[in-house]
Amino acid sequence: MSINLVAESRTVTAMVAGQPYLDWPDDLYIPPEALEVFLTTFEGPLDLLLYLIRKQNLDIVNIPIAQITKQYKIYIEVMSNFRFELAAEYLLMAALLAEIKSRMLLPRQVNVEEDEDDPRAVLVRRLQEYERIKKAAEELDEIPRMERDIFIATIDTSNVNVHKPKPEVQLQDIVLALHAVLKRVDQLTHHTITKEALSVRERMAAIMIKLEGSGSFLFAQFFTYQEGRAGVVVAFLAILELSKAELIEILQAEPFGELRIRARVGGGND
Amino acid sequence: MTEKSAEPAQRVNTTVKRIVEALLFAAEQPMSVAQLQAVFPELERPERVIIEAAVEALCDDYRNQAIGLHKVASGYRFQVKTDMADWVARLFSEKPPKYSRALLETIAIIAYQQPVTRGDIEEIRGVSVSSNMIHTLLDREWIKVIAHKEAPGRPALYATTAQFLDYFNLDSLAAMPPLQELQALALEGEMEI
Repeated sequence: MSINLVAESRTVTAMVAGQPYLDWPDDLYIPPEALEVFLTTFEGPLDLLLYLIRKQNLDIVNIPIAQITKQYKIYIEVMSNFRFELAAEYLLMAALLAEIKSRMLLPRQVNVEEDEDDPRAVLVRRLQEYERIKKAAEELDEIPRMERDIFIATIDTSNVNVHKPKPEVQLQDIVLALHAVLKRVDQLTHHTITKEALSVRERMAAIMIKLEGSGSFLFAQFFTYQEGRAGVVVAFLAILELSKAELIEILQAEPFGELRIRARVGGGND
Repeated sequence: MTEKSAEPAQRVNTTVKRIVEALLFAAEQPMSVAQLQAVFPELERPERVIIEAAVEALCDDYRNQAIGLHKVASGYRFQVKTDMADWVARLFSEKPPKYSRALLETIAIIAYQQPVTRGDIEEIRGVSVSSNMIHTLLDREWIKVIAHKEAPGRPALYATTAQFLDYFNLDSLAAMPPLQELQALALEGEMEI
């Protein structure tokens, strides 16, 4: 395609911004036919800028921004006249260069020591950062690596006979194991939940009935020992619940004396 | 030299050395001293120094062989000496993989400036970083996400792994070629506009 273009444009070399260029710009170093090849090798606008700087032996720490901007723009324009759809980053860089150039035109405070004041400083720093990473990447590519320079020496272990001793089993152990299995089977059988014979609610009602009318009872009188542990717990819970509901009062006449329980006067809502 | 080699020879347990040699050859991955130690049954486990001495003695044994014991980030491995690499390469019909500049630059940024976000990489390279490339690096286990930056969007922070160093035959990040110094700025006024 580039060959075609070159052939057609014997007289008009390129159209840049609508203007026909009859000659190649003097400062265009890369033969334009080579551009296609080149462009694909650039890793972005920083890479292209670095190329322009290095190609002309310009000092990276003191780049002539006007010159480099001009060249960069020419490249961009020539590129877009070929088949390239320029990535936004290239255009952004062109804008940045133009901005730096225009800021250079503005009068600045005379403060030569402060490099950071120079509008080029940020760009130069970025170029330097990029250049050293680019170098580092090239070096990384050079150092020996697996698959290319490093080959792991291993031996085939597939024929290694792994001797796994078979454990001796005593009959006793088998019986014990069976026993354990049977025990587990038992544990897995369904068990039914029987309804709670003793209900705290029911007991609360019973206590209230007992307290109705007559004054107070001894704490111990609320427990039926035949009901066993569960009965004692239920009765105790019932007493606590009633006390919490302020339906009963728990009294103690003297320290360490016996507890008495009586219905609370005017207690409850009903 | 004679004095130096005589001293460790006393410490080297020949049996342990033979076992270590066999293990390192049989293992497909590099093995660290701790991993080698862990292979021994608990009651007869040699001390760390014994294993280290064995490894050192093995290194010496292979000094003049075509195969050598080499230390990389995740441990020791036997590998073909680099001067024999060309010969070994002839064995294989497949060409070794080539890595694009984009990938090499990306991994270089992560290796030298870690931990970095994708934004940091883009800032340095001046172009956007494709998700594919990050995925390739993650899949190869050359990089991993070590945290998320406390910034809007909580971007992932990437760092290189021991596998990355193993691949490049390095035993630590410090063994990487040093980054070149940044030149001081020397911006002068411009005549031409």
